[in-house]
Amino acid sequence: MITAGELQNIPFMEELSFSDGTFRPETVQKDYRTCLQREQSNNKIIGSLEEVIHLSGLKDGMTVSFHHHFRGGDYIVNMVMDKLADMGFRDLVLAASSLTDCHAPLIRHIQNGVIRRIETSGLRGALAEAISRGLMEVPVVFRSHGGRAQAIETGVLPIDVAFLGAPSCDPFGNSNGYSRDRDNGIMCGSMGYAKCDAAYAKKTVILTNNIVPYPNAPFAIPETDVDYVVVVEKIGDPAGIMAGATRFTTNPKELLIAETACDVIEASGRFQDGFSIQMGSGGASLAVARFLREKMLAENIKASFALGGITGSIVDLHEEGLVKRILDVQSFDLRAAQSLRDNRFHQQISASYYARPGQGTAVNQLDVVVLSALEVDCDFNVNVLTGSDGVIRGAVGGHPDTAFGASVSIVVVPLVRGRIPCVVKQVSTLVTPGKTVDVIVTDRGIAVNPLRKNLIARLKEAGIHLFTIQELQAKAEDLVGIPDPIPYTDRVVGVVSYRDGSIIDVIRQIQEPRS
Amino acid sequence: MSQLRRTMLYVPGNNAGMIRDAGIYSADCIMFDLEDSVAPSEKDGARFLVYEALTCLEYPGKELLVRVNALESEYGPEDLEAIVRTGKAVIRLPKTESAQDVLDCEREIARIEKSAGLAPGSTKMMAAVETAAGVLSAREIAAASKRLVGIAIGAEDYVTDLKTSRSPEGIELYFGRSMVLLAARAAGIDALDTVFSDINDEEGFRREVAYIKQLGFDGKSVINPRQIQPVHDIFTPTQEEIQRSIAVIEALEDAKSKGMGVASLNGKMVDKPIEDRARRVLSFARAVGALGREE
Amino acid sequence: MVIEKTSIAGTLESSDIMITIAPGEDGISIDLTSTVEKQFGRQIRSEIEGALREIGVTGAKVTAVDKGALDCAIRARVRAAAYRAAGEKNFPWGGAGHESAS
Repeated sequence: MITAGELQNIPFMEELSFSDGTFRPETVQKDYRTCLQREQSNNKIIGSLEEVIHLSGLKDGMTVSFHHHFRGGDYIVNMVMDKLADMGFRDLVLAASSLTDCHAPLIRHIQNGVIRRIETSGLRGALAEAISRGLMEVPVVFRSHGGRAQAIETGVLPIDVAFLGAPSCDPFGNSNGYSRDRDNGIMCGSMGYAKCDAAYAKKTVILTNNIVPYPNAPFAIPETDVDYVVVVEKIGDPAGIMAGATRFTTNPKELLIAETACDVIEASGRFQDGFSIQMGSGGASLAVARFLREKMLAENIKASFALGGITGSIVDLHEEGLVKRILDVQSFDLRAAQSLRDNRFHQQISASYYARPGQGTAVNQLDVVVLSALEVDCDFNVNVLTGSDGVIRGAVGGHPDTAFGASVSIVVVPLVRGRIPCVVKQVSTLVTPGKTVDVIVTDRGIAVNPLRKNLIARLKEAGIHLFTIQELQAKAEDLVGIPDPIPYTDRVVGVVSYRDGSIIDVIRQIQEPRS
Repeated sequence: MSQLRRTMLYVPGNNAGMIRDAGIYSADCIMFDLEDSVAPSEKDGARFLVYEALTCLEYPGKELLVRVNALESEYGPEDLEAIVRTGKAVIRLPKTESAQDVLDCEREIARIEKSAGLAPGSTKMMAAVETAAGVLSAREIAAASKRLVGIAIGAEDYVTDLKTSRSPEGIELYFGRSMVLLAARAAGIDALDTVFSDINDEEGFRREVAYIKQLGFDGKSVINPRQIQPVHDIFTPTQEEIQRSIAVIEALEDAKSKGMGVASLNGKMVDKPIEDRARRVLSFARAVGALGREE
Repeated sequence: MVIEKTSIAGTLESSDIMITIAPGEDGISIDLTSTVEKQFGRQIRSEIEGALREIGVTGAKVTAVDKGALDCAIRARVRAAAYRAAGEKNFPWGGAGHESAS
């Protein structure tokens, strides 16, 4: 026992750090209830979304964030923004990891001043069109997944309240993108983007339709990152969240491009036992998995890991023993989500682990990445954001991150889409700089970045015919003609940041045609 | 090495999208069809479309063919006028029953070539037999004109004419295929096999391709780009075949350099047929890119 | 060549253009709906008009629904529709005013 007086006898008290005074037993009171009783009453579950918003301390002008793991079936963004609008909030910063067609209702909130500014990886549909036409006063900031993680973690993008939907959550906030105990119909697999927000937001709110018993372990988001949990009836539409199984394409053009891309991978000098790869989720990218498998079996080559953006086709490769580990930041289909849930070698990773600029993140361990594009230009710059009509219709995603990190980055794109040339003299929006883009694979020829002299030599030696990028662009022009330029106004409606936070391009408002 | 005809990609002549993209695939030949795949009300439309494609689009490295309508039909003569004048395509006859069919078509082509100022004989032809009568006349058909580069068999109509149906084993086609093949060889032109309609039956397709290759056919019509690679794989000489052929040629050169009249390899005499076969394998292997640089 | 009745050529499939030609007195009028209006609308209209003038049509009402057709497909469809609408048969294949790829 020690008395207050004896404190003075302790040497170097100033150096030793303690809180006030001596221990007082009356400050300690045990809770004698059972853990189940406590779970019922002492938890973080708040009765309503409105109440939780009050508790969060959200004020006008603050930043709210959301993840996009529910893709086209997301209900969370609209639900929360509707409520915030009802409650009279204004001038909010909406920092979603991405936005899509189903978020068109945000137009109204923008018009009414609820939302002043948006930060996102991408925009689609009516919302994107409206913004391209000048809906917002403040330009939208576009960031890559890695860039967003860095911005959040360094305080450049400070999140006041994160509203994160979760398919399962226990009363103390441990959340997952699937449910082990009781499936309430929603499954999204990895919650990689949400993990970042939860760790760094001042307040984190989990919205779920499925409270499961404590502890919901293993967990994507630990309770230590969660402040409040709110139960809602619906968090998303399963059909919009994911396909049952991603279908293998039978489109002959996509198959041709995929097969060509595989020939390039094989000849690139990166196709050896223990290689690593990231494949996209488009038709041609998926088919790459199928052709690559044949080559892996034929040459007895196994991959050390696959990264992404994970689909069932990658899970198949893993289960066949061809890919040792899977690092998953986003699960695209049911098979990938189930594998994440059931297989400990299928590891969930955060956006920061995936792609934050700096050494050691996963993208830097890639040998090969297969990417898609809207447009590629004669400097190998890539546009994944704006269509040829100048309207925003895509997402930055991990494109610049993986293009930088991979030893060889391959962009697969048809030379023309319909009558739109995809290889152009200059892209309308620069998202991924040409210096990080190595090979362009089209259905009418392959071009390699002149910076990659060794790669060029390897491909030529393997008998792969190469064109210059200028030749490919000329081919596209011969085929479809030269499109009339899109008239833009001077007004900037979007700012594209490179992953390091610098500004790489701007998007301008499209000019409406005079009728 | 003359024109490879391992694969002939069949493109319906009224389909703008397929016409535009046909050239990106690796088929040796592309056949634009103005006949059976085009509805009567669209024959003129298809003709305009294929004519424009031939004159304005590039199909690098491929032989182009156009299957025209029968000369007796109301469409055939105009098809010939349009296509011959492009100077870009081999004329594929629809159902050829007799040598006279070939001669009638040739006469028309010659007339148009003259009128258009094209080099006489520059337009090539390909015959297609689809009936019992046609098969029985295959020998005369194949020899009927110097313009003929090949003779094909069309199984669907042929099998119907025989009053039977197609089976996986294909016995009903054995005689027809053999006649067409023999006729082709006697006339020194190519023999082309019929289409395989079930795109999803990859196993069955490979079996049929291996079978017709063994019979001696030079190639096959394909209706979907997915069918191209399997044909090319099966038609490509294996490494064993290539090595054996190289050994034969080396034995011959060795004998020649030693002043010996007869060469032998592994205890067997290398006579003319063996030498011819070896040269053909190597020539074909070179043409399809199966030879490494050392060979 | 005179457009006597209304005729259609082409389809609504991708890479094609559906051309409807009807009689018209006051020159060539074109009503175009195209998936690539902004980028190629002007050129498509120009191609349609050019193809008509080339075959001697001076008056027509054209309705075009374009799904990304190349110039050669546009020309082909315009000619087919015009010939049908004029009841004419013989196009001057390989004739004057025609450009071929060398």
